[in-house]
This record gives sequence, C-alpha cells and structure tokens, in this order.
Amino acid sequence: MTINPMRKYVRPHGLPHFFCPGCGAGQVLQYFTRAAHELSLNLDNIVAIGGVGCAARIPIYLNVDVLHGVHGRTLAWAMGIKLAKPELKVVVFAGDGDAVSIGGNHFIHAARRNLDVTMIVVNNLNFAMTGGQVAPTTPYSSVTTTTPYGSGEPPFDICRLAETAGATYVARWTPNKPLQAIRSIKTALSHKGFSVVEIVAQCPTHFGRYAIGSGNPADLLKWIDERSITKVQAESLDPSEREGKFVLGEFVNTERPVYRGTTRYEVERAE
Amino acid sequence: MTDTRTESRGRVLTGVHFMLGNYAVAEGALAAGCDFFAGYPITPANEISERMSQRLPEVGGVFVQGEDELASIYALAGASLAGAKAMTATASAGFNYMQEGLGYCYAVEAPVVVVDVQRCRGENFASQADVMQMRWGASGDYEAIVLAPSSVQELFDYAIRAFNLAEKYRSPVIVMSETTLALMRERILIPPADAIPIVNRRKVTQPPSPEFLPYKAEPSGTPDWAPLGSGYNVIYSLNPHDERGRIDWDPNVFEGLYKRITGKIRDNRKDICFTESFHMDDAQIALVTYGSEVRPAIDAAELARDKGIKVGVLKLGTVWPVPEDEIREVAGQVDAIISVEMNMGKYAGEVERVVGGRCRTFRATKNRGLIHSPDEILAVIEEARR
Ligand SMILES: Cc1ncc(C[n+]2csc(CCOP(=O)(O)OP(=O)(O)O)c2C)c(N)n1
Ligand SMILES: [Mg+2]
Repeated sequence: MTINPMRKYVRPHGLPHFFCPGCGAGQVLQYFTRAAHELSLNLDNIVAIGGVGCAARIPIYLNVDVLHGVHGRTLAWAMGIKLAKPELKVVVFAGDGDAVSIGGNHFIHAARRNLDVTMIVVNNLNFAMTGGQVAPTTPYSSVTTTTPYGSGEPPFDICRLAETAGATYVARWTPNKPLQAIRSIKTALSHKGFSVVEIVAQCPTHFGRYAIGSGNPADLLKWIDERSITKVQAESLDPSEREGKFVLGEFVNTERPVYRGTTRYEVERAE
Repeated sequence: MTDTRTESRGRVLTGVHFMLGNYAVAEGALAAGCDFFAGYPITPANEISERMSQRLPEVGGVFVQGEDELASIYALAGASLAGAKAMTATASAGFNYMQEGLGYCYAVEAPVVVVDVQRCRGENFASQADVMQMRWGASGDYEAIVLAPSSVQELFDYAIRAFNLAEKYRSPVIVMSETTLALMRERILIPPADAIPIVNRRKVTQPPSPEFLPYKAEPSGTPDWAPLGSGYNVIYSLNPHDERGRIDWDPNVFEGLYKRITGKIRDNRKDICFTESFHMDDAQIALVTYGSEVRPAIDAAELARDKGIKVGVLKLGTVWPVPEDEIREVAGQVDAIISVEMNMGKYAGEVERVVGGRCRTFRATKNRGLIHSPDEILAVIEEARR
C-alpha cells in the first residue's frame, strides 16, 4: 500500500479533524501541506501558530511545533519566536476575526515592521466558531447571527490593509482557484518578510445558511466565484463597481529589511 | 558605520553603585541571563525599558517595544518557548492587559518574568493595590509566584531569584515593584558574576519520537523542556491538553493537568517561600508586611520598643504562594498580628485566614498614594497593645 505523501505532515493520531463537512479550512490545510511538500520543507524547522477559531485549529493537525489557543495574539507569539530564534520558519493560520478584528493592531504592526513570518488568513466572512456572528470582513448588508437585518458596517479588504501597512508579499485566492492558492502559499513560504495569503473560503454552516440562505458548500463556493474578479478586471472598474467583489491575484511582492528588534544594532552617523 | 555596541559593559556590573530602583531590577535581570525584553511604555516603569534598550544590545539580547502590552507579553511567551530568558515591565494599567498572556504562560508552562510597578489608577503615586491581581488575575487554575522587594538592592536580588524560580518551575514569576521603590535611588552592591547562582530549565534528554510526552512531569511536577524547532513537534495550547500535548475533552485530563500545574507550586512552598524577621525574638506584637511597607514597619517597631512595647516585623519576601508556615509560627508566638499594607485591606484577609484565631489580628491599611508613616503604624500598635 502506498502512503499518501502528505501524511507525514499530519500529526500522528491527529485525525479526524473537527471541521464541518465542506468547510474551507480543510482545503487550506491541504494547500499548505502541498506547498510544504513541493518546497520540501523541513518540518523540524517549522513553528505553526493558530489563535482561536475554526481556522486557528489548522495547525493542530500539522506534525510540527504548534502554539495555539489565544484569540488574536498569533503575530505577537510569532514576533517573540522569530526574534529569539530567527532560523525557525513561522507560519500563522488565522481566521478573519483572529487576524483583523481582535488581532488587527498586531496585524498592521507586523506589516509595518516586516516581521519575517507567513500569515495564511482563512477569511470565511464571519466568526464561525462562535456561531456565525458578523466580522469586520462580512460584506455590507449580509445577514448573520448578530446582524439579523443585514450588516450596517462596511468590511475591511484584508489585502489592501496589509499592503498599506507595509506587508511585502500579499495575495488573495479562493478554493475555486486551488492551484493559484498553493502557488501563492509557496511564494509566501519562500519570501523573506511579512507575507499574507488571504483565502476567501466557504463556511457553509454559518455564512452559507444565514447570509446566502444555503448550507450547501457548493452553493457558497459558486456565490464566492460569481463575486470574484481578477486584479486586471478590477483595474477597469471604479470603486463603486468594485464594492462587494473579491479581487483575486498577487498584489505585492517586494523586499525590504526584516524586523530584528526595536533598537538598531549598528548606527550610521553622518561624519 | 559605527557599532554603538563596541563599548559593551558586560552582563554583570560588579561593584558598588548608587542606582535607581528601575535600573537595579533591569541589572538583576541581565545578571540572571535575561536576553529578551518586550514592553510598552508606562510610567513609572519606563526606566526599565529604557535601560534594557541600551543594555540588551550590549550583551547580544533583543529589545522590543511592542505595539501594546498584549504584544509584549505574548512575544515573551514565544521567545521563552524558543529558549530565551524573557522579561517585561509594566505598571498597574498595563498589568491588567498582560493578564491574558500570563494565563497562556501558566498554561503552557513558559518561564517569563514580569515586573509590575504598582501605581494608583492612572497616577504615579504609591500603592500596593494589585497584590490580589498578581495572584489570580488571569482566568483558569494556576498558582502564582510573586516576589516583593523592599529596597533597590532587593530589586536587583529578587530579579535574579525570579528568573531562577521561573526556570526551575517553568512558570511566570512576578516581581512586585512599587512607585516608591522603582523611583528611589539607593546604594547597591552587585556581586561578581561567579557569585551569582544561575538556574536553567531542564531540557529533555531523549531524542524526538512519536511516543514523546512533552507534558509528562514526574516526579518533580515540572516537565522537561523541548526547545521549539528541535523536532519534538509539541503543541503549546492554552486549552486543556493531555501528556502528549493534544487538546483533550476528558474530565480526568482537565483535573490531572490543573492538579499538576497548581501542585508544582503548592507542593514546593518550602523551596519557593522566604521571609525575614526583624526584632522578632521577644516580640509580643508582630507586623506582617511586604514591599516598601517593610521600611516604615521596622521604624514603627523601633519606636514602639523605645516605649517599651515589644514589636517585631515579619517581612514576606514571597507574597504568593503565602508563606503559611512562617506566619503560623509567628501567630503561635505573639499576642497580636498587625497586617500592614498600602491598599484598602487585601492581603490582610490572607494573613487572618492563616492565623486562624491563634492570636488577635489588626490591620494598618491605607490607600492615599502615600506610604505609611511609622507614626501611623505606631497608632495601630497602641490599639493592639493590651
Ligand atoms: C479573548 C477571546 N474572545 C472571544 C473568544 C470567542 N471566540 C472564539 S472563536 C472567535 C471568532 C472566530 O472567528 P475567526 O477568527 O474569523 O475564525 P473562524 O472560526 O471563523 O475560522 C471568538 C470571538 C475567545 N475565544 N477569546
Ligand atoms: Mg472567520
């Protein structure tokens, strides 16, 4: 019998996972293992971090060192690890709430500092684990369990936020574009600096049922696909036409010095 | 390009100094091997960060000014699990925010040191009102180790003790500072490096394997540490976890974990707790106190003795865990115990619980942004005298 080559990335006795049938988090777990496999990453050198939430459980299933269980502080942990032991590769898996609601401040500061970690944001457009409440990423006017009459808040665009704050690799895909998602995760993992890959993913259990009226994962994936446009298509649209669309592609890929601590070690002085 | 670090002063500034309390606690940390500091500006703790930002690069360490207290305490957790000896410093309002991250450090047994320079809400006056928060400010079950220095010298000495206890028990240790001490300058003696005892956490000895149990902690109650990134593939989760580290929903696992985490401190009270006695040999009244309040308490005991009242002082070096044996012994000796503290009466309840009716109890408590004067304590002594 041949063993699935991805099996070595999964923690022994770690399965079954706790994701709902059709949840996008399982797909993102697979994208990561494929990317790691294609890059021949050394597992012993990786620390995977999850906060709290459904997406935050992805690292629990990976056979690597893991920090888990506190909502929104993933990047703060990552900062300590990277500065104490820069040779480690640190990968954060975060829900949208984890990344840009409770963890929003850490997010923009990690981007500003160009902290050398990869953050994979599973944006399922709501707070899934707590029962489908509105998130800072929920599309305007969507019904959720705390917006029974539709959300009255405009959402964040996570990629634009990352770009503006200084992230040096930024991309967005959906599970409708798995190969592109894997490619971007590979690029992010190979990138030196703060890299953000956002996957706009389906939460059929909550977002699907409340916001689009169907708990069928395929319906929600289709709904996401219908609202997805490419970066090039987006350029020809004015802001009002872009509203409610998911712009897909690679938005930033640059280099600048990575974060090593608050004080510089060498000081250049004008002679 | 010039390297500002070329004039490194080294880790241990052996010699006699006239030093600010905040600098002394930073120097103690450096002498203990601290190589990572993260903090967020707050008065009256700022001089600790400032000193660390200068000194850590000199000794090859890392200084971070976090975007807030949460970033700072979690950076400590990450750095500690990666092997660093990590410290932060804050003051009351910032200490509130750090509770969350402290809870994580207790749960995953990450040794870190936190200096809380207590102040009055929003104002930089003297207070000891955080003494209860230092014990159980975070959610969940755990036992805290909290050390209470009374002088600038002790800020230095207890910082070293704090790191050593943190490493030994894989637990956060809090150094309870106060505006009073932090902003005071006193003469201190820094010993030679080789006279400073250093404890390092025990590392696992067996090689990584799928059978490895990172939270197995027999017999000491403190598990050996597997450094991040060395192939042991440990889960450090806040959630209840079994000996393998996997999140578990079994009540027996919850209970076993909580028993061990509290037990590793409770069962080692004799090793962790320390007190000091002043004029206690023939005392009939004892002042039980901690931190800066020890200073006016000793003065008050001496004033009382001038009046023929036999008063002594029991100084609590550790406030948590409670030095129960030492307090009970004093309660068996004296007629009355007076709890002296700078808050509306917090630790006094703990002292009275331990005394358990063995002698009469009184309180000298106060929260006016001012330390007790010896006369104020003397007034309570007069009241307690029969
Ligand atoms: C400090 C704190 N606040 C609130 C919660 C409750 N909580 C658990 S998961 C979650 C939000 C999850 O949303 P997201 O991060 O988007 O992850 P998802 O479950 O959608 O993948 C919240 C608020 C918590 N665990 N901790
Ligand atoms: Mg979500």
